[in-house]
Amino acid sequence: MWPTVRLQRLHVYALLFLVAGMWLTVGVSARFPAEETTTLTFGIGRTAPKVALPVGRTLLAVGVYYVVSGLLGLAGRRFVRPATWAMIFGGLLIFPTVLVAAAAGKQTNVLTMLNESLRLGTPIALGAIAGIWCERSGVINIAIEGMMLAGACFGFTTFFFLGERLPANQALFISVLVAVITGGLMALLHGVLSITFRTDQIVSGTVINILAIGVTSFVRREYLLSTRAGRVTLPSIEIPLLSDLPVVGPVLFNNKPIFYSMFLLVIVTHVVLFYTRWGLRTRAVGEHPRAADTVGIDVIRVRYINVFISGLIAGLGGAWFSLETVGGFDDLMTNGKGFIALAAMIFGKWTPLGGLGGAMLFGFSEALGTRFQILGIPLPSQFLQIVPYVVTMVVLAGLVGRAIPPAAIGQPYEKQS
Amino acid sequence: MADRVVAETPQPAKPPPGSLLAAWDRVAPATVPFFAVFTALLIGAGIIRFAGASPLVAYRALWEGSFGTPAALANTLVKSTPYIIAGLAVALGFKAGLFNIGAEGQLYAGGVLAVLVGFHPAFAGLPPLLHVPLAVLAGALGGMIWGAIPGILKARTGAHEVINTIMMNFIAIRLTDWLIKSKDPLILLDPSASTPRTPYIAPSAALPRLLDTPLHAGLVLALVLVLGVRWLLYRTTVGFELRTVGANPNAARYAGMNVSRTIVLAMALSGALAGMAGAGEVLGGQGYLSPDFFAGIGFDSIAVALLARSSPVGMIPAGILWGALLNGAGLMQIRADLSIDLIKIVQALIIMFVAADQIVRWLYRIRVAPPTEEAVFSRGWGR
Amino acid sequence: MSAHVPPALEVRGITKRFPGVLANDHVSFTLRQGEIHALLGENGAGKTTLMNIIYGLYRPDEGDIYVRGRRVEIHSPNDAIRLGIGMVHQHFMLVPTLTVTENIVLGHEVTRGPLLDRRHARERIQELSRQYGLLVDPDAYVQDISVGHQQRVEIVKALYRQADILILDEPTSVLTPQEAEDLFAVMRSLTAQGKSIIFITHKLKEVLAVADRISVLRAGRLVGTTTPAETDEATLAAMMVGREVVLRVEKAPAQPGEEVLRVEGLRVLDDRGLPAVNGVSLTVRAGEVLGIAGVQGNGQTELVEALTGLRRPESGRILINGRDVTGRPPRLITEAGTAHVPEDRQRDGMVAAYTVADNLVLNTYYKPPFARGLVRDEAQVAQFGRRLVREFDIRTPSIYAQARTLSGGNQQKMIVAREFSRPISLLIASQPTRGIDVGAIEFIHQHIVRLRDQGVAVLLVSAELDEVMALSDRIAVMYRGELIAEMPAEEATREQLGLLMAGVQREEELVHKMGVTSAHAEGENG
Repeated sequence: MWPTVRLQRLHVYALLFLVAGMWLTVGVSARFPAEETTTLTFGIGRTAPKVALPVGRTLLAVGVYYVVSGLLGLAGRRFVRPATWAMIFGGLLIFPTVLVAAAAGKQTNVLTMLNESLRLGTPIALGAIAGIWCERSGVINIAIEGMMLAGACFGFTTFFFLGERLPANQALFISVLVAVITGGLMALLHGVLSITFRTDQIVSGTVINILAIGVTSFVRREYLLSTRAGRVTLPSIEIPLLSDLPVVGPVLFNNKPIFYSMFLLVIVTHVVLFYTRWGLRTRAVGEHPRAADTVGIDVIRVRYINVFISGLIAGLGGAWFSLETVGGFDDLMTNGKGFIALAAMIFGKWTPLGGLGGAMLFGFSEALGTRFQILGIPLPSQFLQIVPYVVTMVVLAGLVGRAIPPAAIGQPYEKQS
Repeated sequence: MADRVVAETPQPAKPPPGSLLAAWDRVAPATVPFFAVFTALLIGAGIIRFAGASPLVAYRALWEGSFGTPAALANTLVKSTPYIIAGLAVALGFKAGLFNIGAEGQLYAGGVLAVLVGFHPAFAGLPPLLHVPLAVLAGALGGMIWGAIPGILKARTGAHEVINTIMMNFIAIRLTDWLIKSKDPLILLDPSASTPRTPYIAPSAALPRLLDTPLHAGLVLALVLVLGVRWLLYRTTVGFELRTVGANPNAARYAGMNVSRTIVLAMALSGALAGMAGAGEVLGGQGYLSPDFFAGIGFDSIAVALLARSSPVGMIPAGILWGALLNGAGLMQIRADLSIDLIKIVQALIIMFVAADQIVRWLYRIRVAPPTEEAVFSRGWGR
Repeated sequence: MSAHVPPALEVRGITKRFPGVLANDHVSFTLRQGEIHALLGENGAGKTTLMNIIYGLYRPDEGDIYVRGRRVEIHSPNDAIRLGIGMVHQHFMLVPTLTVTENIVLGHEVTRGPLLDRRHARERIQELSRQYGLLVDPDAYVQDISVGHQQRVEIVKALYRQADILILDEPTSVLTPQEAEDLFAVMRSLTAQGKSIIFITHKLKEVLAVADRISVLRAGRLVGTTTPAETDEATLAAMMVGREVVLRVEKAPAQPGEEVLRVEGLRVLDDRGLPAVNGVSLTVRAGEVLGIAGVQGNGQTELVEALTGLRRPESGRILINGRDVTGRPPRLITEAGTAHVPEDRQRDGMVAAYTVADNLVLNTYYKPPFARGLVRDEAQVAQFGRRLVREFDIRTPSIYAQARTLSGGNQQKMIVAREFSRPISLLIASQPTRGIDVGAIEFIHQHIVRLRDQGVAVLLVSAELDEVMALSDRIAVMYRGELIAEMPAEEATREQLGLLMAGVQREEELVHKMGVTSAHAEGENG
């Protein structure tokens, strides 16, 4: 049944591309005067490289590309693969295209845009990595949001009390540590509920989310209301030499510590998951726990440790909000990023690199929203805030093909006696 | 294929028949929610202590503030009403094996349409007998649409309803925010108001008050819906299909039921119920809608549904408990100088112990009841 | 082998109770060094429980285990592995998304620094593969390889852990007779090199063919131990079930009538999108049983799902009583007079949490007298339930008991009662007696024959050759998605069917393919 469905799905997308492409070529591109250009700059200052794109002709080119890939998709079975790739690339093309159209007649800095996407994608990527650790071992984690929120809150609370007694950097470091550990402790609760007491994992996750909301708003009202002025955040660290590299230097190597650790964690997770003993065991436990049990692997232990690590990473993601970005704590400040992270994880098919890609997609769509405001596009801010949520739903609906979760996900493991 | 080994939970040794302990074994399973509440309050007392207040003073104020006077009782019932209805919404989803976390968004969707019918000049002059039901139905329609979308996505693409309903929540909250705040175009905003809100509904659309108290017809609506949902689930073929899809979708397919249609129907009905809860609040309470009007009612209704173990009739005590905790929190805040958010922690603990009832059973040595028709939600994220 | 060599394994007085069941009742037996010891018994006789105790998956309530003469406590599979015990489970314990190598080393990984040493592992595997003649492809993903291949992986997995004592739990149930022969050769080569094997099965012929000694379990008790030379099939069968077995079902010659089911050129894909049914055509007439024999996984599941509307066919036509029902939903096919006994009763056939009464109307709940319009009539459902419980002898405390509390045989009777009590013209029964006790098997067989005699067309799909031969009027053999032969039941012999199930026509092709695989493996070794 599968391929027929998939073929039909491809046809639907192909038609969409065809329509969008024709709309772009015939309807939209002509609306821009021929001489109007968008200047994309790469960097700040006069010496920064610039590219001036004629808006109308750029849109025309994209439109033609869409029409071609749409036709490819309708061309028949032999073109399924190239058509799929053409459309995936076409999907990514939406972002720069929208940027070019939106900034018509103006300048916009591509590097800032990229940097913003990466920065805004950081908590999402951390959440996705957290999800991967947990779910690869067969435990669903919809509590990433709650773990992040708790991490953000307790991390900042720590800084709130330590800030005056210790040098700022020391206090911040300890606070991040506390955030990480808070996430881990919340995760252990998830473990106790869902692994030991075998509560439904989604119910358990929901409980933790609600608990996190209650505890953090209580702590905020009781202890943090008199928030002092002067919001302190983690300092930027310029990595010597690397930050001087053209183009990538300022984008990647002049940032804050949690941003860097996110990339590190993506790589570490990838290596651990696919090249080490622990990763092999984790995957086995997530796919077929009984098989793992029969070769002497302690399924419960593996799951507990993975869930705990997941919480630690989510806690770090929480610290991104309160300690790296805002320098304060607000109720519900994670704003659904934990759930979007889950979507990024699914988008990336439970792989760290894929999860990073998904997170960047969401980060980009968010950055685009801010950019729109800067460019003065007359769109209500609420609409732009909605974009990531809609993208999440579209992604889940299978734009990128079927995502197959670890087989044993959601099922508590029962050792027989 | 993963194992589906029947759970064999560690059990205390069986007491001899006829003994007191054996009698306890028979009664005890029904008492789990009580113990859950009790344990949560106990831990809550610990937190109150930690925060430097007296648990005794705090809990006494909580009691007096919720049930202490007739006025307090009436207010508790008013506060409980949306939880009862929205709890039903979540429970209906549970029965069909669907975890509808989207009650919050469905409340907003329902609230928006209800308030629109309530104040829009096009409906002015209708007699209350027509205007009220029309506004309530508009609320149901809004919630139904908002619930059906994740339902359709699940049935069509297999996308898990948990994430989609959460996304629909965020979308609903942002959209409502825009609809109410937008000045150009002016949509729902009352330009004369000092804080952003919609205009007041026409008096003909307001839910009638009961006996000259704060109580309004929303409570009656809640009771009717409780009985209605019970009838639907256990006395009709539609309910049988819903429950079968929830308990064993494979068997449902084998038995010739249309699983996709049932999923969409269940989500639509669930959304409609939540939408009516939203309409009830708008039409029975302030008479307008503002951007953060429902502040968490939808999320808490998940807890209420869990507390009632998805039983429609159980939604009444569970909803009243929720309303009481919220209503009493105000007095507690004044007397014990505690943030009302403490109540949120207690509520979270309650559902933690209800959801993980094995902890409670283990704490109080309650035997495991035979498994009932419980749906499993955690079947992974796709398909 | 001299007498003072201690036995490889000995269990004494093993007892294991599950709630309501005495799975093992003071079982004692001895596995000698270098022998193949068959453990014979019906489904539910306690064989698997005993092996799970030896492998450390269950703890015995009483009794002792001795390995090479030393008393041991086995708390976990790790203990068993350390003692040199390896087990090949009936349902393979392999992770489909991992490679053969990864599966084999899982739990006993070799690392170089922090990373897995895949090369070293592959070399060890190829070494073992050569030593015992077990062809495996170290780099293939388990989800892509055949069942026989998976079984070899399981054996290599045990050998990789240096097992001296191998437990093979129902290893032949998924194999063709020819693949089983290959397995027996491997088993003999293993014992020749000093391994000892416990071979669990319920198939008499295999036991006589390969075992050195035979122990028979019945209802949790060890009935006796014997050797192939001292016994024969009939004796073993009697030991197994405790009475003379009725090997033939009493039935009159068929009186075939009108054509009820007609299938033309049916093609169906499986879950992974691969062709599972490849152009099957068949007809079943009223009053006859068409049996489909075949090793599991040759497309029978998909065929039945397509016929009952649970899976949409790619192409071809299905006609019931002359009406085209291709690709129509299950309800329409049910209402066209089809009954379906599904292959996996727990998964498809019942709702475990529902009462027996509700399960008995699972596909008729919406019709009068069980419902009027939207409203269900509980009284009618209850009355109907009581009647069927009585007529079909379903052992349940009440019609309001949850179906999950019933034994497997009674659950199956419940399903059969529901399906057989409607007016039907076609019965599609898939593995109707899998995993249930002899009493229930006989009962269900009699009912199938009764339906046939009443003029119902029956399509029987079963992996049990004996069942197919006992019930069918015509027998077709399914192999790799095709019906490769069809014959009247009285002309069919076990041997012939066995060869067909292995796809004899394709024998040359098969040999060719194996040659290629082995050459490939050799190449990699060198």
